[in-house]
Amino acid sequence: MLDVPQKTETSEAAFDLRKEAEAAGITETLRELDQELIGLKPVKNRVRQIASLLLIERIRQRAGLVAAPPTLHMSFTGNPGTGKTTVALRMAKILHGLGFVRRGQVISVTRDDLVGQYIGHTAPKTKEILKKAMGGVLFIDEAYYLHRPDNERDYGQEAIEILLQVMENQREDLVVILAGYGERMTNFFASNPGFRSRIAHHIEFPDYSEQELLFIADLMLQERGYRFSTAAREAFEKYIALRRTQPFFSNARSIRNAVDRIRLRQADRLVADLDRMLGVADLETIDSSDVLASRVFSGGSDARSAKP
Amino acid sequence: MKLTQGCFSFLPDLTDDQIYKQVQYCLANGWAVNIEFTDDPHPRNTYWEMWGLPMFDLADAAGVMMELAECRRVYGDRYIRISGFDSSHGWESVRISFLVNRPKQEAEFELVRQEGRAIRYTTVRKPVEHASA
Repeated sequence: MLDVPQKTETSEAAFDLRKEAEAAGITETLRELDQELIGLKPVKNRVRQIASLLLIERIRQRAGLVAAPPTLHMSFTGNPGTGKTTVALRMAKILHGLGFVRRGQVISVTRDDLVGQYIGHTAPKTKEILKKAMGGVLFIDEAYYLHRPDNERDYGQEAIEILLQVMENQREDLVVILAGYGERMTNFFASNPGFRSRIAHHIEFPDYSEQELLFIADLMLQERGYRFSTAAREAFEKYIALRRTQPFFSNARSIRNAVDRIRLRQADRLVADLDRMLGVADLETIDSSDVLASRVFSGGSDARSAKP
Repeated sequence: MKLTQGCFSFLPDLTDDQIYKQVQYCLANGWAVNIEFTDDPHPRNTYWEMWGLPMFDLADAAGVMMELAECRRVYGDRYIRISGFDSSHGWESVRISFLVNRPKQEAEFELVRQEGRAIRYTTVRKPVEHASA
């Protein structure tokens, strides 16, 4: 008798891809991603690629083929308000659906949560966060703050070392997602080459176009039970074009703030005339005057105007 | 002699997979998991040393296993136990406690009888050189 390892005959031969994808909840999650997140073409493509790889990897495992657990650590770079956190939450859902993380919780941290204040404080702190994130996704926002090149005795380096060690040794236990603004992340990776090589997926989040921002505003209003009047929609288009050229513009986040302020102004306008009878249409319609009252039209948010 | 303290101690020692599942059970119930170690497992010694703080808010047992591996690396020659503390109202006490590590040379105890007007028995640890290998 030959002494060769017997092939296990438990493997199945044919797989229904559609059924597999639905069972893992991929089709559902990807559709949500498509519908609820506007724009972000390259991001969606990459997320779809990763999801496909994970699905195929899982089927390969069942078919008895060699299946090396893929490295899933990611880095999200992009300007403020381009949806990095939102996509990270979706990512956790996808990974959990495919069984590549066991619990699917997302622990969102920044430098403060990882780095201690005195000698010997950092390691327990970082480890505690890592332990909480085990079985899920650890999302490190503005990761470049971990590294302070101007202070060589900074405790951030200690946190980085522990992170790297766990990222390497316990790849199947947790997925680390780093996020931050493009250029500073590049610098961060340049000074920590270990990080760059341990991260398989570098995903860039592009800025939104004006058209996309308008869509986002529509969606946000819809969620809150409002809608633009035709004039208000035109005014808001102008608002976006102006706001983009002004400082501290942060894409969707600026739009969200604008929408919230517009709601304030609308309420104020309605309350100003107490003798009027209000209809549902009045309550849900945003008028062009609500939009045009913004500071953006009078020289920008940093101009010293007293207008709210 | 095999020391029997806490849950599962009459069974063969738990494997890491089994420990993982027990810890996951604790976490699923919302108990805080704690790792303790000692070189004096006398039944009356309730004060074991703590390996770090109890672990709150964990989702997966992998975090506990990481700490356990570290504890074993440092104190592999001592007794290590894992306990789960239930903080919910009405319980507020340890719900489970089991050994996860024993030294090669286990501690041995014997009963010592003192006779006087009354007869008293005390559990005393045998010195190591007299303990059977």
